[in-house]
Amino acid sequence: MSKKINVTVKRQDEQNSGSRWEKFSLDYESGMNVTTLLQRIAANPVTVDAGESTPVAYDACCLEEVCGACSMIINGRVRQACSALVDNLLQDRPDQITLEPMTKFPVVRDLLVDRSFMFNGLKKVRAWVPVDGYFDRGPGPKMSPHQQEDQYPLTECMTCGCCVEACPQINDRSSFIGPHAISQAILFNEHPVGQFEEGERMKAITGVGGIGDCGNAQNCVKVCPKNIPLTRSIAKAGKMATKFVFRNFFGT
Amino acid sequence: MASERVVVVGGGLAGLAASMRLAEAGVSVDLISMVPVKRSHSVCAQGGINSVNTATRELGDSEYLHLDDTVYGGAFLQHQPPVKEMCDWGPRIIDLMDRLGVAFNRTNEGNRDQRRFGGTMYKRTAFAGATTGQQLLYALDEQCRRWEVDGLIRKHEYWEFLGPILDDNGVCRGVVAQDMFRMDIRAFPADAVVMANGGCGLIYGRSTMSLICTGGAAGRCFKAGVKYANGEFIQVHPTAVPGTDKLRLMSESARGEGGRVWVPKKPHDDRDPMSIPEGERYYFLEERYPKYGNLVPRDIATREIFDVCVNQKLSVEQDRLCVYLDLTHLPSSTHKKLEGILAIYEKFQATDPRVKPMKIFPAVHYSMGGLWCDYEKNEQTGGLVLGSPRNHQSNVPGLFVIGEADYQYHGGNRLGANSLLSCIFTGMIVAPSVESYMAALRTRASDMPTSMFDQEQARHKTHCDALISGNGDENPYHIHDELGDSMTRNVTVVRYNKNIEQTLAKIDELDERYKRIRLSDKGNWTNQNLSFSRALGDMLVLARVIARGAMQRDECRGAHYKPDFAITAPDADDPATLRQQAIKWCDAFQASNDQWLKSTVCGYRPDGDHEFGYEEVDTSLVPARPRTYGLKGAEIIEEVWNERMKKKSTESAADTQAVANA
Ligand SMILES: Cc1cc2nc3c(=O)[nH]c(=O)nc-3n(C[C@H](O)[C@H](O)[C@H](O)COP(=O)(O)OP(=O)(O)OC[C@H]3O[C@@H](n4cnc5c(N)ncnc54)[C@H](O)[C@@H]3O)c2cc1C
Ligand code: SF4
Ligand code: SF4
Ligand code: FES
Repeated sequence: MSKKINVTVKRQDEQNSGSRWEKFSLDYESGMNVTTLLQRIAANPVTVDAGESTPVAYDACCLEEVCGACSMIINGRVRQACSALVDNLLQDRPDQITLEPMTKFPVVRDLLVDRSFMFNGLKKVRAWVPVDGYFDRGPGPKMSPHQQEDQYPLTECMTCGCCVEACPQINDRSSFIGPHAISQAILFNEHPVGQFEEGERMKAITGVGGIGDCGNAQNCVKVCPKNIPLTRSIAKAGKMATKFVFRNFFGT
Repeated sequence: MASERVVVVGGGLAGLAASMRLAEAGVSVDLISMVPVKRSHSVCAQGGINSVNTATRELGDSEYLHLDDTVYGGAFLQHQPPVKEMCDWGPRIIDLMDRLGVAFNRTNEGNRDQRRFGGTMYKRTAFAGATTGQQLLYALDEQCRRWEVDGLIRKHEYWEFLGPILDDNGVCRGVVAQDMFRMDIRAFPADAVVMANGGCGLIYGRSTMSLICTGGAAGRCFKAGVKYANGEFIQVHPTAVPGTDKLRLMSESARGEGGRVWVPKKPHDDRDPMSIPEGERYYFLEERYPKYGNLVPRDIATREIFDVCVNQKLSVEQDRLCVYLDLTHLPSSTHKKLEGILAIYEKFQATDPRVKPMKIFPAVHYSMGGLWCDYEKNEQTGGLVLGSPRNHQSNVPGLFVIGEADYQYHGGNRLGANSLLSCIFTGMIVAPSVESYMAALRTRASDMPTSMFDQEQARHKTHCDALISGNGDENPYHIHDELGDSMTRNVTVVRYNKNIEQTLAKIDELDERYKRIRLSDKGNWTNQNLSFSRALGDMLVLARVIARGAMQRDECRGAHYKPDFAITAPDADDPATLRQQAIKWCDAFQASNDQWLKSTVCGYRPDGDHEFGYEEVDTSLVPARPRTYGLKGAEIIEEVWNERMKKKSTESAADTQAVANA
């Protein structure tokens, strides 16, 4: 008989309904990842104890850890489902794999959550280069390879939400915009043209829900699948904020 | 006058570029996408984006040569005016993306760095590490967010396009879409609709594409009357890593940066590859194509890998087909430039490609074909009349098509790093076309009776209810697996009519079974089962277009390869015989072009017996020529062909002279 994998999924039918656990037993195949497990469940949604169920709702798109869609809590740890290899998970815990939705976002259904909060944060910090228009104006500013190397890691943020999930300062009672948004603000503050709107960005960063809410617990940087230097961005934001508040205070 | 509204379906590079250009012109945009636009498939693109640049120019490169490489690579199947326009715009588009903040790699002086890609001798490809698509997509996403804050773009993410709305005169007046969370179905009236829905790789089951690349939206437009062109031209990328859910791409940039493809000369040699001496390795691309080496175009590299594994039985592994893609000899500075893809390999294969050659095999990757759309040629420049409402408009008035969803730019085979360019380019130029179209419109969507929108909305609701309530015995996921298997086996790299026929019969069978599917989720809240099953219906429709198109095209062109119709290559030792053979080869090539240098254009018929027609291709800028890529032994073909062309041009000059004298 082929080897079986036990998969336990926390399910929730609708936005406001309660949750329950369902267990699935799936055939093992070498090289599987968690998104494959969810695809197999979709094709045959039969639970171990209760019989026929429904496919588990989840978010996924690229299947190569670059789109940010598939974040969820796997064996208690927030991460991307597509890059979570079953062989590795089984090594850590041979008896079962547990899947839960992230807790810092409203659940839409099952493992699918609504992350509009994060995209709104990008609006607040005006995470873009304020170009005049899209007609031909020659190349962008020159940049040293060194500058590019600083900039590049920050541009890889895929708004996946792992950092938000791990951050203790993000909860029902706080309005903290989150580490990803702070990091994006820094990216554009350091861009030769993006910096023209630094003032606008710093208003968001120093205002309610801004950098002042970060307790510097550094959980965010540990879970980021893209290894984005979030704490470096946060430290920079802190410095910029001090300068900004100071300048505003004295009106210079 | 009510203000103009445009619906853009799809927020990949093409859809975002179009939306931001329209917003800049003051047009209100409803941007509809199944996924948050930032997660669109374009995010996967790794290697880079092509354009002529100052460095290549110094070596003699020009926009004309970019055009030439593109159409030679595409086996001359594309209309040349749009391609010319795209190549002319290339430098400006890279400049724009640079201004928008894309973190392109830099030279020491602070200029953009470029790498070489397949099918060219020039380093035309600008890149941002090995995640260029992600960087480009984010830059456009950021600009669209800016317009969202300003109120000109309204995003509808997690909304699925169900079909266009056509009025009694067949003019497109908006779309119907469904909220993928709440499942509400709603009409979006619009004065023009721009389809930017991307590719359709999921028809092949597993491919290098994202889960949303079902072709569902294209299938729905096709069923509503939009023609579909060159469906049979599907690119199979030479280097991907097989996985249980996806075939993960190893970008051409790996070879552009010096990666080498090889197999051990001894079949299934089980030694550690690093211990196999140079002399016992077969670098088959380099040996067969000394000029282009590992950077021959994709269709050729793919066929060679197939040939080495299948015909010569030199696969690295005995029970699985694969060859080595070797980057171990490259310095760590180069590894760094490829970090994005090396991390993917490492993560998913648990092997470090910096110290061990990767094992790769070809995978379905891109659709050169797509929804048919028009263009207007500029007789002076040979390019396009910018702002002409014909550019990118389909045969359904008011419905435009751009990006991978269209069929205009890549002919029989796409060159690496040309797609990102075509996506952004088409997004940029469709905006003024849409504006001209709307300016000439006499009635607006807002003048249309609301009953028309209500009816369409209701029709889709009924269809949706029927799918949900179906109580048959067929599982949509199994049908999808079987479709993917059959398409991959018979309608990819090497095609035989008798095998394609089998696939067509399989599609007949699956069509019947599809009528009896049963959804395992019958709920009315975030029903992903419904979305998948509905797209499956569209995949079956497009699969037939692809397979029938392939069946009918009895020739070899680019990615479409039928051994039964291949022209035998000259191989005689004796020079005179060799020459005779080459003459024959050129005759056959000419005859094949006379018959087949034309695009397949397919129209929908509800009974599945679609109408197939063909469209002449505008090759007025670069005449078709044999596509040998300096293959060893094929020099004689080029020699004979060039003599022929020379003779022809002297003759026609003489004719002109004679006419002038008369
Ligand atoms: C792994 C990989 C690597 C690649 N690397 C390169 C490269 O280096 N260089 C290069 O030039 N090209 C590359 N390509 C090709 C290139 O990435 C794609 O052709 C291009 O990104 C397609 O962009 P697009 O805007 O047309 O569509 P996509 O980015 O595919 O976007 C499609 C959009 O349509 C939406 N959509 C689809 N259906 C519906 C529906 N029914 N309802 C609502 N919305 C819908 C989606 O939500 C999405 O927003 C690569 C492709 C792959 C697979
Ligand atoms: S460092 Fe700040 S943002 Fe990061 S987890 Fe801690 S509190 Fe949250
Ligand atoms: S910073 Fe990292 S963890 Fe946070 S959203 Fe971006 S990629 Fe995800
Ligand atoms: S599916 Fe895109 S990150 Fe996992």
